[in-house]
This record gives sequence, structure tokens and C-alpha cells, in this order.
Amino acid sequence: MLDQANFLVPPIYYVALSGILFILGMVGVLLRRNAILIFMSVELMLNSANLAFVAFARSFLDVNGQVFVFFVMTVAAVEVAVGLALIVAIFRTRRSIDIDELHSMEG
Amino acid sequence: MIGYILFGLVALVAIVSAVGMLLSTNAIHAALFLVINLICIALFYLGLNAPFLAMVQITVYAGAIMVLFLFVIMLLGAEQVTLKSQLKWQAPLAIVLAVVMIAATFLLFFNVQASGGLSPLAPISEDPRQTETFGSPYAVGEVLFGAYLLPFEMTGVLLLVAMIGAIILTRNEAGGMRDEQRAASNE
Repeated sequence: MLDQANFLVPPIYYVALSGILFILGMVGVLLRRNAILIFMSVELMLNSANLAFVAFARSFLDVNGQVFVFFVMTVAAVEVAVGLALIVAIFRTRRSIDIDELHSMEG
Repeated sequence: MIGYILFGLVALVAIVSAVGMLLSTNAIHAALFLVINLICIALFYLGLNAPFLAMVQITVYAGAIMVLFLFVIMLLGAEQVTLKSQLKWQAPLAIVLAVVMIAATFLLFFNVQASGGLSPLAPISEDPRQTETFGSPYAVGEVLFGAYLLPFEMTGVLLLVAMIGAIILTRNEAGGMRDEQRAASNE
């Protein structure tokens, strides 16, 4: 039987990793011009924030953090459904989802 | 020790898949890279005493949400994407800002850690009575259906509203005109 203590990594490492993943998602939002890929990068950022939540929940032994992650996941699912519906609607009228070409809302 | 090795391996896969998602020119490949990343995060949840969230992560994120992404990409036929942008100065500026933010984050991180400010994070509480049941589906459910019962019911309403909104956003107009006909009549 393996000792469980061998598998424990201090949560601070998870928080550092979540910071790195968040910044990678942020770079994706800034660099990509395709609306679907920007959306995926936002999902990456949401997931890194969730990872930080779970890491802090572990280090404070507080289950509220995990429940909050559950709610964030639900809201992310809602956001993806509505967001992708918007992308489909935009693609139908403009024939493109490249955000550089969507300047019809310019003043 | 073995925990650190496993953590390092999974962290490496997570970062490489995230970078792969950023750089791929095929939207399907990007979505599959994101699936790998989400599964890595599910493994981290297992390592952080959150087995319930790990399973929810795999079914909801890697399952439902990514299937929706792949479905929309294939529906629109938008697989090929370019990395080129019309704003030439934006990409280098974004990379410089990202590097500055990484540096600032780590500087803050090590500063706070060196001064002992994150003391609750450094040692993991190892009281076996607490860690044994922490994060089990029973413990999570007890809080979810106790203190958070009203928010839980409200997410049900939120999902219903999102479903109605998605249907209204994507339906055809009442005249029953097909997309192609409408595009033709607009031109």
C-alpha cells in the first residue's frame, strides 16, 4: 500500500500553475482573431481560476470552494451555449467569424 | 516525492497542450488540445481531494462543452484559421505584455512566499479525521443541498433561460426562409 503522504503536493504549486494557464489563456484572447478560438481561450482562463479555487479549498480544508467551482462550471456551460449560438447567428449574416471583419458596430 | 514527479508530468502536459491550442491553425486541433488540457485539470482535482469535481469536469467540460465546440466548428466549416491579423502591432505587444504579467506574477508570488505571507498555503493540514472525508461527493452534496440550495435551484432557471435564448438566437425567421435564400435576397 502506497503511503498517501507521498502523493501530496503543496497547493501553492497548483496556484502557480493556474497562474501560468491563466496567462496563456489571456495571450490566446489577445492573439487569436477567430471568435471560436477566443472562446476556447476564455474557457482555459475559467478553468485555471477553478484550479486555484480547488487548490485554496484544499489548503484551507473548506468545501465551499469546491461548491463554488461547481457553480462556475454551470455558468460556463450556459455561457458556451449562448455564446456559440451568437457565433452561429453572426456567421449566418456575415459569413465570417473573424472578429477583425466585424466592424459594423463602429460608430 | 512521487507526487511531485506526477504533478510535474501532468503540469507539463497541461502547459504544452495550452500552448498547442494557442498556436494551432486548425480549429479542430485546437479543440482537441483543449480537451487534453481539461483532462489534465481533472487529474489535478483528483490530487487536491476533489474526486466529485474531477468527474464533473470530465463529463461537463471534456464531454458536453467540447462536443458543442466541435459541433459548431464542423457546422460552420470554420476549421482553417489563420494566425495573421490586420493589426500588425498587436501580436508583439500582446506577447510583451504577457511576459511582463508572468514576471510580475512570479515576483509577487516569491515575495509573498519569502515573507511567509501565504502561511496557510505552505503546510497542508494533515489531520486525518478532516482529510479523510474532505471533498467526497457526500460532503460536497451536503453543502450544495444545504447552505447553497437556493443558488442551486437558480442555476436550473439559468440553464432553462440559456436554452430558450440559444433556440431563439439560432432559429430561422418566421417566414421559413432558408439561409441561402435569405443571403441571396439580401444581395
